[in-house]
Order: sequence, then C-alpha cells, then structure tokens
Amino acid sequence: MATQHSRAAARLMISPAVILLLLWMIVPLTLTLYFSTLRYNLLMPGANPFVGFENYSYFFTDPAFTTALLNTLLLVGGVLVITVCGGIALALLLDQEMWGQGIVRLLVIAPFFVMPTVSALVWKNMFMDPVNGLFGYLARAFGAQPFEWLTAAPLLSIIFIVSWQWLPFATLILLTAIQSLSSEQLEAAEMDGARFGSKFLWIILPHLARAITVVILIQTIFLLSIFAEILVTTGGGPGVASTNLTYLVYIQSLLQFDVGLGSAGGVVAIILANIVAIFLMRMIGKNLDA
Amino acid sequence: MGTITLDKVTKSFGAVQVIPPLDLTIGDGEFVVFVGPSGCGKSTLLRLIAGLEDVTSGEIRIDGRNATETPPAKRGLAMVFQSYALYPHMSVRKNIAFPLRMAGMDKAEQDRRIEAAAKVLNLSDYLDRRPGQLSGGQRQRVAIGRAIVREPAAFLFDEPLSNLDAALRVNMRLEISELHNTLETTMIYVTHDQVEAMTMADKIVVLRAGNIEQVGSPLELYRNPRNVFVAGFIGSPKMNLIDGAEAAKHDAKTIGVRPEHMSISTTDGQWRGVVGVSEHLGSDTFLHVHDTGLADTLTVRCDGEIGVHHGDAVYLTPQPDKIHRFDEAGLRL
Repeated sequence: MATQHSRAAARLMISPAVILLLLWMIVPLTLTLYFSTLRYNLLMPGANPFVGFENYSYFFTDPAFTTALLNTLLLVGGVLVITVCGGIALALLLDQEMWGQGIVRLLVIAPFFVMPTVSALVWKNMFMDPVNGLFGYLARAFGAQPFEWLTAAPLLSIIFIVSWQWLPFATLILLTAIQSLSSEQLEAAEMDGARFGSKFLWIILPHLARAITVVILIQTIFLLSIFAEILVTTGGGPGVASTNLTYLVYIQSLLQFDVGLGSAGGVVAIILANIVAIFLMRMIGKNLDA
Repeated sequence: MGTITLDKVTKSFGAVQVIPPLDLTIGDGEFVVFVGPSGCGKSTLLRLIAGLEDVTSGEIRIDGRNATETPPAKRGLAMVFQSYALYPHMSVRKNIAFPLRMAGMDKAEQDRRIEAAAKVLNLSDYLDRRPGQLSGGQRQRVAIGRAIVREPAAFLFDEPLSNLDAALRVNMRLEISELHNTLETTMIYVTHDQVEAMTMADKIVVLRAGNIEQVGSPLELYRNPRNVFVAGFIGSPKMNLIDGAEAAKHDAKTIGVRPEHMSISTTDGQWRGVVGVSEHLGSDTFLHVHDTGLADTLTVRCDGEIGVHHGDAVYLTPQPDKIHRFDEAGLRL
C-alpha cells in the first residue's frame, strides 16, 4: 500500500510524461476539429469561412459513406475472425514438440516483419493476378477460368491479405498463452475424462480468454486504419467496393484537396473507433480483470 | 474394488531406464505410500499407474483386468496433483462437477454427489467461490473433492501436502487418513517425507532409483529394515550408522543404532563423545555427539530436560538387542 506521500510524489513524477502525451493527442485533435468546421479547399485559396457542420453533412450524405462504413466494419470483423481462429489453431499446432520447431516458428512469424505495401504488392502481383499470379496458374492447371480476385472480390481479397499479415501476431500472443497453461491442469482434465474437444472448450479456451481479448483489442486499433494495402492493390475500387473510412478521408482530403471535408471524415472515424472500442470493452473487457 | 497389480513394469525415457522391472501388488482398501528421495521414480510410478505415462514394458492390472493400454479416464482412478491443478476459471462447484459432467451424469445425481462431497470435506460454504479465493488447505480439499465424486477404484495422491505450511500439513494428514477410514478405498500416496509415510500408511513402499528397496508396514520397516538405505531413510532422526572396528565386533560391515535406542550418561558408558548442537523439542532433546571415533556424528534422543551443554563430555550406551547389523552389500544380517 502506498502512503499518501509516495502517491503524491508518484503523481508529480509521472506528470511530465502525461502532459506530453496529452499535448501530443490534444493539439492534432483540436486542429482537426477546427478544420472540420471550415470551408477549406486547397484548390480555392482565399478566405476559409466558418461553416459549422456543413462538412459533416456533406460527408454523411456522400454516397460512398455508407459503403465505406460497412467496409470498415467488415474488414475489421473479417480479419479478427480469421486471425483469432487461425491463430488459436496455429498456436495449438506450434505448441507440439516437433522436428525443426525453431525454424517453423520463425517462418510463421515472418509475415509480420514484411511491410504492408510490400506484402500487399506480393499478393497482388504474384498470387492474385489472373495472368501472372499463382492462383491463376493453379486454376488454369485444372482447366478452370482464373478468378479475378481484386476485381471480383476486392474487399475479400484485402481481408485475406491483411489476415495473412496479422495472423503471426495473433499466433505469437496465443502461443505464449498456451505455453503458460500448467500441464497438470490438462492431465487432471484427462484423468477427469475430458477428450480433446472438451479439454479445448473447458480448459484451454478459458485460459486463452485474456490473450484473445488482448489480440482483439490491439488488432482492432490497427485494423480500423488499414490504408496501405488498399492503396497499392485496389485503390479503393472497383468504384468504392473496397474503400474504408480511412481511404475515404484520403480521397477527400488529398485527392480532392478538401481539408475541411477530410477533417470532418477524420472526426467521424475517431467517433466510430470509440464506438467500436466501447462495444468491445463491454463485450470482452471483463476478461482483463484479474 | 481397487486391487492394482504391477507385473514386471519398466519405464525408460530414451536410453535412460528410470524404472527397472518392478512387481508390486496393492490390495483393495489399502493405504500405500511410495516414499523415497527425490528422483527415485516414485512420481513416475504413480503416473504409470494413472496412465499419464506409457509403460515401456510389463503389465498393469486393475481389479484383475489388464489396464496397460487403457486411457487414464477409463481406469477408474482419481488423482490429486501436487499443484492441485484446479480449473481457475470455474467455481468450486463446477470444479468438483467437472468429471461428472464429462461422464455425462444427469444434473440431479451430480448435485447429490457434490453436496455429499462438500459435506465430508467442509466445503459447503465455498461452493460458489473460485479457487483463487481459497486458502491452500481449502484448495487441497477441493482437489480431493473432485477426486471423491467420481467414486474411483483408487485414489492417487502426488505429494499433495508439499505446498502447505507445517501446521496445515499435519491437519490435512489427519483428514486424509480419516477420509481413508471413511471411504475404505484404495489410496496410493507419493511423498518424500518419511514422517507422512510412517503416520499414514498401511503399507510403505521404499523406492531408490526406481527399485523397490522394501515393502512393509511402517513398524516392520522400522524394526527390520532390509538394508542400510531403508534403515537410514525410515525413522526420524536418522539411524546412526557405524563402520569399522566397532562394527567388526558385531561381525558386520556396518551396524546401525537408532537415536532412541541409546542411553546417555555423563559418568560412564560404552562410547565417549563431546556434545555438539542440541535440538530442544521440549518433550525430547536430540544431541549431536562428536569425537566418538566411530562416526562423524552420533545422534541420540534423550529427555527434554537433560542438563548437558555444548562441549560437555558424555557417554553413550546402545541397547544391545536394538543394534542392526548389515553385511558388505548393505543387506541386513
């Protein structure tokens, strides 16, 4: 138990860091909020009059907005489902004793170290391309028509690419969690008559609950702002079929040079992220309580 | 019923044979304690019986049926682990119910058995708590509860008391003995603590390096240890072992005298020595006597109020009929 004195000292000593962090966050946020209320287009220099919520109403009534919102949620949800399920499966496999364990683990973790743009381009040109890609080659080998991944199923393709990148992260965290499960507990369950399915459901999965929560929360933060993969593969298209909110903000502020509208989009993205965060904490946050 | 027979059972990990061929019969309702120094293979032996390790060769029979290849859950045995191995995310009730639920037992019967077990183990007030909220002794009882409800043919205990403090250990020792009297089920108990072995067992199996050194009731082992190892291991404080000329007088390579079988005097006696450390227990005092010329230290048990001090000269006299004699190979003569 800390005494009153040591608590006060502790507050004093962490205050520089806290204040710095606060400024780091508050200044850009305030600027974004401020810009979002101006008519501010770089192609039309001159006065930037205050227009209230005009930018927001433009943003919300943009025909691409609903699609982008839905795409964002689908992208986050899809990648989470694939990485968590795949991560648990891979972690269970990697936990087994096997020959070449070190190399295999290294290989599994490798995708995480590849830059998003690079891995997206590799997928785009070497796997999903209907002419040069491996999938197209395989399809032709079986006499089928190559599937045009990026045009026929753009969002799904991006979900696959991003999942491939994030699977190692989930696997790594879940593997360490599985390794911390005491073998006596599993043996006790075995003596109690639990087969593999029941052992997994009643012993391993509850043990992993906290790690899964961490994986979901951390990944959500990064997945809400997926951008590079979309830019280098589909460019948000065809049409807006693979545009998420981040990409929509990019289109509006940088392609159309509209700072005001882009800022409004940014604020909407922040609000969406917070809504998602609140829902997540409600649903799974209790797992983090010791 | 719970008769367990081991027939020429061996176990090797790679090239290392930890259990050489071993035969053992455990009768129905017996309380058998496997005791030995750490690394003697006693836990491995228990795990072989439980089915958590595969035997390398030989046969394990439970109630006459060959169970060598039977998976652990089908052997009808229940095990209590050293770390208790409770499921931390389940309440006490669910922990105890787990084996029943795995067996697909109906809810009413489950509840009946849980209530009965909780009553026997004084856990009724804690059924809705999580293991993390319980003390060490209570967790131990939950682990036992989870074993009891299955109504197994035999209980296996793997050093269950080693994580408890001294006072609680004495208590749980009594509770487990009491439980054995109530249930009259076969119990196999692994420990490195010879006091636990002596106080609880109907039958003690002394192991060294995977070999059975001796099997017998506690007093049998105390009175007639088969070799020097058992003589030194059973009994507290340890038996004094004396080599050389004094042993030769008794036609033996080694003789052994227990601390409680020597009398002490400050004036005269057979062996002279100098008092070193004295351990006062109140009822008894254990004196460590040096410079006798027989062994490094002789331990002797004497009256709690004995008035000798560090550095005093004393004389020890062994009771002639309580001298154990061992030959070159360490076997009893």
